[in-house]
Amino acid sequence: MKFLNDKAIERLRGSSIPDLSGTRYALRELIARGGMGVVYAAEDEKLHRRVALKVLDTAGTNAELTQRLIREARILAQLEHPGIVPVHDVGTLPDGRVFYTMKFVEGLRLDEYIKQLDSIPQRLRLFLRICDAAAFAHARGVLHRDLKPANVMVGSFGEVLVMDWGLAKILQEPTAAEETVVVSSQKKISSEEETQATVVTGHGTVMGTPGYMSPEQERGETEQIDARSDIFSLGALLKFVAASSQDRSERLPRALQAICAKATAKEPERRYESVSEFAADVSRHLDGLPVSAYSENVFEKLARFYKRHQIAILLITAYLVTRFLVLYFFHR
Amino acid sequence: MNKILLGLLLGTVLGAVDGGTAYFTPAVRAMIVGIVIGSTFKGLIAGIAAGIFARKVNSVPLGILFGLFVGFVLALLVALKQHGYYFEIILPGSLVGMIVGWATQKYGAGIQTKQA
Repeated sequence: MKFLNDKAIERLRGSSIPDLSGTRYALRELIARGGMGVVYAAEDEKLHRRVALKVLDTAGTNAELTQRLIREARILAQLEHPGIVPVHDVGTLPDGRVFYTMKFVEGLRLDEYIKQLDSIPQRLRLFLRICDAAAFAHARGVLHRDLKPANVMVGSFGEVLVMDWGLAKILQEPTAAEETVVVSSQKKISSEEETQATVVTGHGTVMGTPGYMSPEQERGETEQIDARSDIFSLGALLKFVAASSQDRSERLPRALQAICAKATAKEPERRYESVSEFAADVSRHLDGLPVSAYSENVFEKLARFYKRHQIAILLITAYLVTRFLVLYFFHR
Repeated sequence: MNKILLGLLLGTVLGAVDGGTAYFTPAVRAMIVGIVIGSTFKGLIAGIAAGIFARKVNSVPLGILFGLFVGFVLALLVALKQHGYYFEIILPGSLVGMIVGWATQKYGAGIQTKQA
């Protein structure tokens, strides 16, 4: 099989390389291509730092896409959180295309990084940091609507950043008009590709990634979409994260399976009410505590108790056995 | 509760209980009060030492090892003074030290840092 290089793909797509003349940025290389825009690595020549520059895919003035890109930049600007990629600048290129620049994240996508983590607790702790970012966005009235492994980056210092807020929805805003914009398939240039199916429905657009978008998102019921929709995506993400063990024979604990099942329930009302509630259940599982999603039987409670207090139980048992043996054998 | 106070209380209680088990040894039953007081004091010292260690070092395995060491040394001193009962004193004494070492690592508040 032969692969096309970036330049050949550029020619086939008929898109032009953005002209950054007159801006403070110098283009370096293509990083990724999305449905709405392309992300390049660029050099901020004033501050001498590398940035990621997102620009509309093709030259021309598609007013709706332009508005959407500006809106994405504004949403990102509102979400100042260590788990959300920060936006630096927004502007217009000489050819009329809107762009914005954000932090250039050097690291790996979650689906690549997760292979380095062997244990479930390590992977769950990483997942909780994604939940932190999502919970923060929800608290600011923003839904991501496209949470998936490819949209989470883990930096070289272990920082977890939620990326690509292009499909984000502001809960307070009226959505009917803007949801008619078709956001087409999103494709990364690198390695395993994830394709984002797009179907226009009668009252909205299906936006998201199959396997990670909630049933209401799949049906295009945009007015039904709320925080629980992102919880579904996070549930699917949790399944991915927890099941990405190098040891495939390792079965997921039942409580964790139940947490995933509750988060990805078909009906939104059966899911967790908030990301914080969801994350709290994952934390409780990590701490060896009972979780709200699963009712244990007596044996499971005992097993969990033993696992949680293993060292104490072993030490006390060792003491009691020693005491008994000393009394029994030495002083009969 | 801070780690030193936790170690002190737990060490004292476990030391007293450990000393109290001497009641089941008829040969030393007459000296039970002295044994309980001595064992309580031994537990108290081991508990404080484990608590101080836990404030400096944050590691459960090292805490258990330190507890084992302190429990062993204190029990050895007592056994040497008694000129006998080495196993009966040293084995359970070391285990009590390990329990206190573990508990001070796992529970109790560490050093509070001042916030600007």
